[in-house]
Amino acid sequence: MNFSQLHKNKKTQVVLGLCFGIVFGFLLQKGGATSYDVIMGQLLLTDFTVLKIMASAVAVGLVGFFLLNHAGYARRHVKAGAIGSNVVGGLIFGLGFGLLGYCPGTVAGAVGQGALDALFGGFVGLLIGVGIFARVYPSLHRTILTYGRIKKETVHELLGLPEWLVVIGGCIGIVAFLYLLEVAGF
Amino acid sequence: MNGFLALPLWSPYLVGVCIGLLVCLALVLSDRPIGCSTGFVKIRGLAEQICCGKQVQEKEYYQKFPPAVDWQLMILPGIIIGAFLSSFISGTFGLFIVPPLWADQFGSSAALRILAAVAGGILLGVGARWAGGCTSGHGISGSLQLSVGSILSAACFFVGGIAMAMILFGVPL
Repeated sequence: MNFSQLHKNKKTQVVLGLCFGIVFGFLLQKGGATSYDVIMGQLLLTDFTVLKIMASAVAVGLVGFFLLNHAGYARRHVKAGAIGSNVVGGLIFGLGFGLLGYCPGTVAGAVGQGALDALFGGFVGLLIGVGIFARVYPSLHRTILTYGRIKKETVHELLGLPEWLVVIGGCIGIVAFLYLLEVAGF
Repeated sequence: MNGFLALPLWSPYLVGVCIGLLVCLALVLSDRPIGCSTGFVKIRGLAEQICCGKQVQEKEYYQKFPPAVDWQLMILPGIIIGAFLSSFISGTFGLFIVPPLWADQFGSSAALRILAAVAGGILLGVGARWAGGCTSGHGISGSLQLSVGSILSAACFFVGGIAMAMILFGVPL
């Protein structure tokens, strides 16, 4: 089966985007990840719900994507990384994450479950923030955003190991980590 | 089945497994990793277009992410609807301004909470676009594709987040 016709159909993709969003939002809310207290509990290292969700999603996705990619059903989307972009931007993001108590996806989910601080605070702030970035982008682009380019874009290239081995190793590592977390009482 | 959908919380592992499968499905059907911060760029671009006209499209950043109602934008209303449905079915939907944990530490002032949330949102917006993605785009979708940049970003999201949380709430003992 070939999905490239489907990818080009813009109207269908708009509907699909909405559908993926609905399922994603439903799952985030059912997981408790749209709650300020749960997210802050994660950042204060007292409640590991967020990490459990993310780690199990990555473990399943590692295997799923590897198989789909090799069967020709899914393309790899890896953005060119750089220290100046990933680390600096990541740390700025983190400070905002801790102050707001939601991230860009969970802020939308929080709005859906009635959090008005997410709507009038987080949503508004995010729209201001991306506007500021769009304005300063021309002077950051080609300077700090590309500083310290990451030449080996994938973990298996970086380690010089076969991809299947990294996928299996990653899954075992995640499962072992989650098991230890449970044993430790989190 | 109805009873299951009405549960207020599911196991985080079940939710994670479902999200992992959902990201895979999005890569197959839409050729896109699930991410949320691009949607904010699209909304911002459209809003600027409404107030300032078409020349907004000439901004370098909006040429890279053209303002449009597309897949990436629709993720956001989708998440709002999905979270609403989930909370409504389980009877946990409720309007509030100040979350309980915040109120314990900083009091019940709505103005203070909104002010902090706006400031946090600004940092989040700048940081997400600076890093080229958010917790879902880098943290989940990028990591499962074994992207080094995404894993690095996700680690920094948590380093910064933990630092800010402990500045605000102290180190829990």
